[in-house]
Amino acid sequence: MSAIEIPKPDPRILARRGEILAGLAALVPPTSLITEEDERRAYETDALTAYRRVPLAVVLPETTEQVSKVLTFLNREGVKVVARGAGTSLAGGAIPSEDAVVLGVSKMSRILDVDTANRTIRVEAGVTNLGVSGAVSHLGFFYAPDPSSQLACTIAGNIAMNSGGAHCLKYGVTTNNVLGVKMVLIDGTIVEIGGAHLDAAGYDLLGLIVGSEGQLGVVTEATLRILPVAEGARPMLMGFQSAEDAGACVAAIIASGIIPVAIEYMDRPAIQVCEAFAHAGYPLDVEALLIIEVEGSEAEIEDLIGKITRIAAGYNPSGLRISQSEAESAAIWKGRKSAFGAMGRLADYICMDGTIPTGQLSAVLTGIAEICAGYGLRVSNIFHAGDGNLHPLVLFNANDPDEQYKAERCGEDILKLCVDLGGCLTGEHGVGIEKRDLMTYQFNTIDLDQQMRVKTALDPQWLLNPHKVFPLAGRPV
Amino acid sequence: MTSILLPDNEAEIEAIVHEAAQSGSALAIHGGGTRPIGRPVHAERTLSTQLLTGITLYEPSELVISARAGTPLSEIQETLAANRQRLPFEPIDYRHLLGNHGTPTIGGMTASNSSGPRRIHSGSARDSLIGVRATTGRGETIKSGGRVMKNVTGYDFVKLLAGSWGTLGVLTEVTYKLLPEAETERTLLLTGLSAERAVAAITAALGTPFEVTGAAHLPATDGMPTRTVLRLEGFDASVGYRTDRLEQVLKPFGSVETVAAEASRVLWKSIRDVEALEVPRDAAIWRISVRPTDGPKVGEQLVAQLGSRVLYDWAGGLVWASAPSEGDGGASVVRGAVAAVGGHAMLVRGSPALRASVPVFEPEAPGVAAMSRLIKATFDPAGVLNPGRM
Repeated sequence: MSAIEIPKPDPRILARRGEILAGLAALVPPTSLITEEDERRAYETDALTAYRRVPLAVVLPETTEQVSKVLTFLNREGVKVVARGAGTSLAGGAIPSEDAVVLGVSKMSRILDVDTANRTIRVEAGVTNLGVSGAVSHLGFFYAPDPSSQLACTIAGNIAMNSGGAHCLKYGVTTNNVLGVKMVLIDGTIVEIGGAHLDAAGYDLLGLIVGSEGQLGVVTEATLRILPVAEGARPMLMGFQSAEDAGACVAAIIASGIIPVAIEYMDRPAIQVCEAFAHAGYPLDVEALLIIEVEGSEAEIEDLIGKITRIAAGYNPSGLRISQSEAESAAIWKGRKSAFGAMGRLADYICMDGTIPTGQLSAVLTGIAEICAGYGLRVSNIFHAGDGNLHPLVLFNANDPDEQYKAERCGEDILKLCVDLGGCLTGEHGVGIEKRDLMTYQFNTIDLDQQMRVKTALDPQWLLNPHKVFPLAGRPV
Repeated sequence: MTSILLPDNEAEIEAIVHEAAQSGSALAIHGGGTRPIGRPVHAERTLSTQLLTGITLYEPSELVISARAGTPLSEIQETLAANRQRLPFEPIDYRHLLGNHGTPTIGGMTASNSSGPRRIHSGSARDSLIGVRATTGRGETIKSGGRVMKNVTGYDFVKLLAGSWGTLGVLTEVTYKLLPEAETERTLLLTGLSAERAVAAITAALGTPFEVTGAAHLPATDGMPTRTVLRLEGFDASVGYRTDRLEQVLKPFGSVETVAAEASRVLWKSIRDVEALEVPRDAAIWRISVRPTDGPKVGEQLVAQLGSRVLYDWAGGLVWASAPSEGDGGASVVRGAVAAVGGHAMLVRGSPALRASVPVFEPEAPGVAAMSRLIKATFDPAGVLNPGRM
């Protein structure tokens, strides 16, 4: 059974399908319009695969002007639009409904301008996250946000969800690294917000657009900040006999004035699985493992690692290991970055994404263990310890509908716990459909009404990705 | 004489704004009143957050602080300094430039999205702001964000409210993430460069991984040539190493001097607060944001056409320029220069008459302006919060 409701399609739209397809066909080249059911099926879901709906049609425009024409037409016809990057959303942000047209940005994937003097790059929104860094790596630059799906995910999706990654402790998330966008509003208006200069002239509309989950417009181009690559970087591993020790060690490192580029945490089940998969040399006899990465020159790295090692000594570390080579560093990160995939070989799972104040680390881990035990489900914790962004993986068997239902309820309880401890429902994945009905737990009616007023102001008919973010009940009529 | 309302809690603010919206009587929103920037607001009453004070949360080990909007910025900074922490974005203190003696508040700093030289490295106020509470023009208090470092739950009103100059809501409480203070700092100094050459030197330095946290070009003063300055911060050994490496990078641009920590701090405070343009006091002052390599083009044009005195911060991308206060205060020349390269300009100092007669903020393109109007109407349908300011 499925717990998350996707509203029934509007029969009036379904009845007009032929007419709508004909209208779209007049606006984009034949290769940009997908109408056959077997081809549309490729767009029925994203990385939240338990939910799927085959869309009315899929349109893949090649230019901003085509996007404008398509939105003008669909707005006039009252047809819902679900913008889509690569479809890697873990929150169901790109899942369509049967009466919606999917607007994919995959054909808009050109690098438009690289400006190392001003440390910016302008790209079409369908460029992959890794493609941005790839376009500037030979010049000694990179794009900082690094979601685990960076090989596939697009800048369009990153902007929609305000994506983070393992290295945002130092470099910030998407919203801190986007300088400007070109986007199309639902009525077809093309606007440019921001640019290669810093800060907004008036209201920070860019800040509003980033993280608005494709509900306020369709971003077609972006100007991004690029940074010079550090001289060197090195991870180190530290094992601990308790979550408390690991958490206290993280707090002590940060309090000392050191901001590593990354501090990643894995619990015992995660360590076992990742080690079996990646042979990274993780210690197997510990309850918690920290991967801490520092960067700089050889001497700076030595200095920082020395400082961190001395701090950690107060928290009973075991299996402390500093990477000695490029290959070892790569293996350490391979284990972490393939954690979700490795876990997926053992069982189905749902990946949660709450954030908590870092001081609540051991409290949240205890609470998560209790919640999962209560449902009789296994859990594995992998997260960004430096900023308190948790990714508990709740394991279940997807062929057992009861167990899937239990896993979803379990995940909800974990996210509520995050809110109770002073945190939030989602740190970097977005709300999508997955956490939509939990929004009332974090926000009251006044908060949600104001957010929905902004949605209504920019999209009066609620056509852009409408079934996401806000609970279905309580919406403006 | 306008009357001043001094609520000391959110409920009172809600009641005041609600009543104002019902009766359609405008409110001027004040923190410490040290940033009289924007168009003069015509309101019979002023709502001041002066009494809405106090740090509500400070967790040094989590690098987070929350405070009510009227809390003096000095109180925040002293509290942080006692724990060797700081606001990352180095907020400008406008009192020098604008010649007033009020008490800057954390709410005013937020509403103006104030930042300083470190903005090129650590972002502006909006990048460190992680949570807000604000009473909208409907007299309702909304929250956005929270106290955690990563939060994408719901629309990001945190960013929208930062820099909205009290026109979308009355900020009641703000939460910032912090950074540790640097163990030390040092500044590299080149003298006598033209603006164009200075930005070339800065560009070369910022293309390295040596993490420059301030890059500015100061105008010549009587007897002293122009100064181009680059700041390094961090642990002592690291700053030493990076100083050596950057000196090599900068060699082609002239002889490089180094400024030690104490003098460096004084220097960057003066750059932050734009002291170079403080006098003459009657000159109009423009704050212009463009692509860094376009900075000198804009600056040189203003020098030629308006006789401006120009300070470049943010690697050349932030151009502070004086202009004659007569006529349009340089508006048409400034707007023309900015339009040619892309960016925005704001008149930060000018007589009320001047600020009423020329657009203070950069006029927005029609599509963007329409979006701004729609959003303003959702937050403040009766138009009672700081009407006319933006």
